[in-house]
Amino acid sequence: MQKYSVFSLIKNAFSNHQNWEVAWKDPTPKSEYDVVIIGGGGHGLATAYYLAKEHNIRNVAIIEKGWIGGGNVGRNTTIIRSNFMYDANARFNEFGMDLWRNLSQELNFNVMFSPRGIINLAHSDAQMNAYARRGNSMRLNGIDAKLLDRDEVKKLIPMADFSDEVRFPIFGGLMQPSAGTARHDAVAWGYARQADDMGVDIIQHCEVTGFDVVNGKIKGIRTSRGDIKAKKVGLCVAGSTNILAEKLNMTLPIETHVLQACVSEPVKPLLDGVVTFGAGHFYISQSDKGEMVMGGDLDGYNSYAQRGNLPTIQHVLTGGLALFPFLSRLKMLRTWGGIMDMSMDGSPIIDKTHIEGLYLNCGWCYGGFKSTPVSGWTFAHTIAQDQVHELNSELRLNRFSTGHLLDEKGLGTKTWIG
Amino acid sequence: MLYIKCPYCGLRAQKEFSYGGDATVKRPNINEEISSEDWDNFVYMRKSPRGKHIELWQHIAGCRQWIKVQRDTATHEIFQTAKVTEEIR
Repeated sequence: MQKYSVFSLIKNAFSNHQNWEVAWKDPTPKSEYDVVIIGGGGHGLATAYYLAKEHNIRNVAIIEKGWIGGGNVGRNTTIIRSNFMYDANARFNEFGMDLWRNLSQELNFNVMFSPRGIINLAHSDAQMNAYARRGNSMRLNGIDAKLLDRDEVKKLIPMADFSDEVRFPIFGGLMQPSAGTARHDAVAWGYARQADDMGVDIIQHCEVTGFDVVNGKIKGIRTSRGDIKAKKVGLCVAGSTNILAEKLNMTLPIETHVLQACVSEPVKPLLDGVVTFGAGHFYISQSDKGEMVMGGDLDGYNSYAQRGNLPTIQHVLTGGLALFPFLSRLKMLRTWGGIMDMSMDGSPIIDKTHIEGLYLNCGWCYGGFKSTPVSGWTFAHTIAQDQVHELNSELRLNRFSTGHLLDEKGLGTKTWIG
Repeated sequence: MLYIKCPYCGLRAQKEFSYGGDATVKRPNINEEISSEDWDNFVYMRKSPRGKHIELWQHIAGCRQWIKVQRDTATHEIFQTAKVTEEIR
């Protein structure tokens, strides 16, 4: 594989960039694979990459209905963080932060990971206490956390509304300085290019239509491009999880909902990191191009539409305007939607299933992008070793029946209500 | 914007309503002996189909009644609405 560097860039400039190698091939599906990963999003591509790299399993196919990176990995707001309170979530995502820090070098693809920090704002004494507690939990798990008072927040985001008239004055905030953003498409492309180089077949425009399960054991899948035998199959399809689960006669603690995001026209640099509003559901960061990238609530009803409705955007931006009045002067460039696999406790599931050789990776709710590397890493381990890794030992499907929920935000059983 | 026909008030904007989830999920009868598995299924497990979905909405900024809505989760088209005591076929 051609290594990307400043030298290869100069070299290819002499031939008008016409002679670059293709980054990944377009193979015809073989009749049999050791492992088939369904879903060519960030998590699926990362899983295939770590299967090849960490476990030397290279007879692997990724089956993607559309094109790789066309789902949620291309639709998120690119935020990367590990500011969780529960041990299981904190350890899992902090392991992921270590993978992020070295990802550009490892993939030889600039994912533009930019750890500029995230600030969760507090608007009451009670919220400050809750953040102090969460910050302490994070530090006990080795994650950097800093409790900021009002003046410290004002130094970092002076353009926020600090006047006396506001309905929800800023009391302070909790900051994770090592959090940040990355170029989401590059993550998918970087994993795809390396996985392809190690022998993984990336099969696009191929829809899974059914499964071959014999005596409780997976034998293969049926697709729009023919039947494929597989010793092991991994489901990594986010918002389409319930559709495939139905074909397997499985019911899961997952509902699929639409989440919208939007960007403004690009402006000069003014916001360094990520900021979340604590009195409503609104978060904002500024992309490297200068656009303000914003998001917030789910539309709030089951949906597979990948597009939402205006009332939710208006509601989210009302919160945005309360925090940053300057937003009223910006034109909105575009809005879009993605479909979220909302788990009933708000935490993901990476586990084996009752069908031998079938593995499940779902329930990412709003936060799948930040976990892309660690999700792939642990899912690859779970598939290769046929057992969960310590990192995902609490992200199991049976937690809903045993009562060991990871209800990080305390929103109860129906996360989408919050 | 979705427009939902409340069986009590007529056609109203989505903003007046609050969503209540899958209407086909039935709570087990009070004091009935049921297995843990049945209870888990009631509390956590959802089919979340792509296509026609019968769901509960509350007309929270109107008559405050709970209603049933049959809606397509892929296109957002609304086919039928009914009072919560009525059946949608």
